[in-house]
Amino acid sequence: MTAESVIRLNDVNFSYDGPPVLEKVTLSIAERDLVCVIGPNGGGKSTLLKIMLGLIEPSSGTVEVCGQVPAKTRKQIGYMPQYAHLDPRFPVTVFDVVLMGRLGRARSWGPYPWADKAAALDALEEVGLADMKSRPLSALSGGQRQRVLIARALACAPRILLLDEPMASLDPKVQDDLHHLLRKLNERLTVVMVSHDLGFVSLFFRTVVCVNHKVHTHPCQELTEKQVADMYGRAVRLLHHTRGGEAGGRS
Amino acid sequence: MTEFFQALAGNALLQNALLAGVIASVACGVMGSYVVARRITYIAGGVAHCVLGGMGAARYLNVVGGWTWLQPLHGAIFAALLAAGIIGWVSQRSKEREDTVISALWAIGMAVGVLFIAKTPGYYEDLMSYLFGNVLLVSGQQLRLIVLLDVVVVGLGLLLYNPFLAVCFDQEFARLRGLNVELYYLLLLGLTALTVVVLVTVVGLVMVIALLTLPVAVAGHFVHRLWHVMLLSCLLSAALTAGGLMVSYGPDLPPGAVTIVLAGGLYLLVLCGRRLIRAF
Repeated sequence: MTAESVIRLNDVNFSYDGPPVLEKVTLSIAERDLVCVIGPNGGGKSTLLKIMLGLIEPSSGTVEVCGQVPAKTRKQIGYMPQYAHLDPRFPVTVFDVVLMGRLGRARSWGPYPWADKAAALDALEEVGLADMKSRPLSALSGGQRQRVLIARALACAPRILLLDEPMASLDPKVQDDLHHLLRKLNERLTVVMVSHDLGFVSLFFRTVVCVNHKVHTHPCQELTEKQVADMYGRAVRLLHHTRGGEAGGRS
Repeated sequence: MTEFFQALAGNALLQNALLAGVIASVACGVMGSYVVARRITYIAGGVAHCVLGGMGAARYLNVVGGWTWLQPLHGAIFAALLAAGIIGWVSQRSKEREDTVISALWAIGMAVGVLFIAKTPGYYEDLMSYLFGNVLLVSGQQLRLIVLLDVVVVGLGLLLYNPFLAVCFDQEFARLRGLNVELYYLLLLGLTALTVVVLVTVVGLVMVIALLTLPVAVAGHFVHRLWHVMLLSCLLSAALTAGGLMVSYGPDLPPGAVTIVLAGGLYLLVLCGRRLIRAF
């Protein structure tokens, strides 16, 4: 992992007028890494994500995305929010949603230029939903909706793909398909995914970032099937390790 | 019904009323679709009731203060934009609860209006026409102002369709794409406020929300793309306001109220119809 790092946090602290949410976070994500951010609810995963996106400023410490402050480089990030934050009955088609990824490129009035429509269609093809472009979003299955949101993030032509809980409330088969899609995208992009679910994390990801107020980064090497059980146990142990660090100091 | 069409040919007031209704429907369909999609009907309601304060104050200054150039509609525009600005600022920047502020504006606007109207000769007639509309009394001057507002609202509402859609659907994502989300939201509220002013002259401020939301709610059952919803709800509200005028003319009923009853009836019909279709 000698590649240039695209996201770098140095000694970042953050709190919302209360106890610290993130403490002394130092973290570096390399170009074209495939990263899973895990940790318990309320541990600061979403806050970490918002700091990377430049939506909130850390109380202290520095954040760099592609070598600059996130507010300047956020257009290089393709962001996929949790679907639960959106209105499931909103009257939009799949293509309408994906086109939103092209906003902020040229003029904002009038219809989208042809080039933007072509780029949005490419993004839809990449997630395998080109033939559903005219469907209303509300008529899609959970897994298809997640793919639409990924296509919207891809339509931004990003260097980094940042996904917030893309696997939430999907059945295992669909989760598997989505994991494969992320691997494919990882061939050309840095992919960072947030999850509260520990299952099989290490099978797919190169790096695991454990967040529970403090942050620990662990590399996950390529594993054989024989090692899955060990690995699964280890992933759980890793989380204990962060919790232990929080409760009783470093041991 | 034939009575209505015979009267329409020779009655300038009736022609103005029909024209005002149809023109208002265009702004109503376009902005109503945004309002329903973004779920801010309560804001539209607050703005509508605030308008009474502006209309009352303008009428008072006109009659008692001798400002003959100042029409109630001017006061309505001022009050609506002010209310939209305050609500927009509160929801984006202040830590005050948004619904509390809307309720406060809603009630204070009405109270101010009632006080001004009470001190103006012609209390009862004014109050009733502001509250429940009197489209049959729309003057040529008012009609020109309504057309102007309509052009502004529909023009901007359609020209900025893409950023408005993005801000309504997913504000955070729109911000990450570099859109000035606060500005677009304020603009959306401003255009909604102007739409409310246009509709107040047609159905009165109490019933504005119904005309803003019911045609959109009906359209939403049949089409699933925002601009399709806009188109269909424009047509529906034009048909409803024209229908309200026609039905009310013979038995001499208030046209605003008839329009809203028709809209409510249509909405219920569509809801029940869909239930029935699903059941069989």
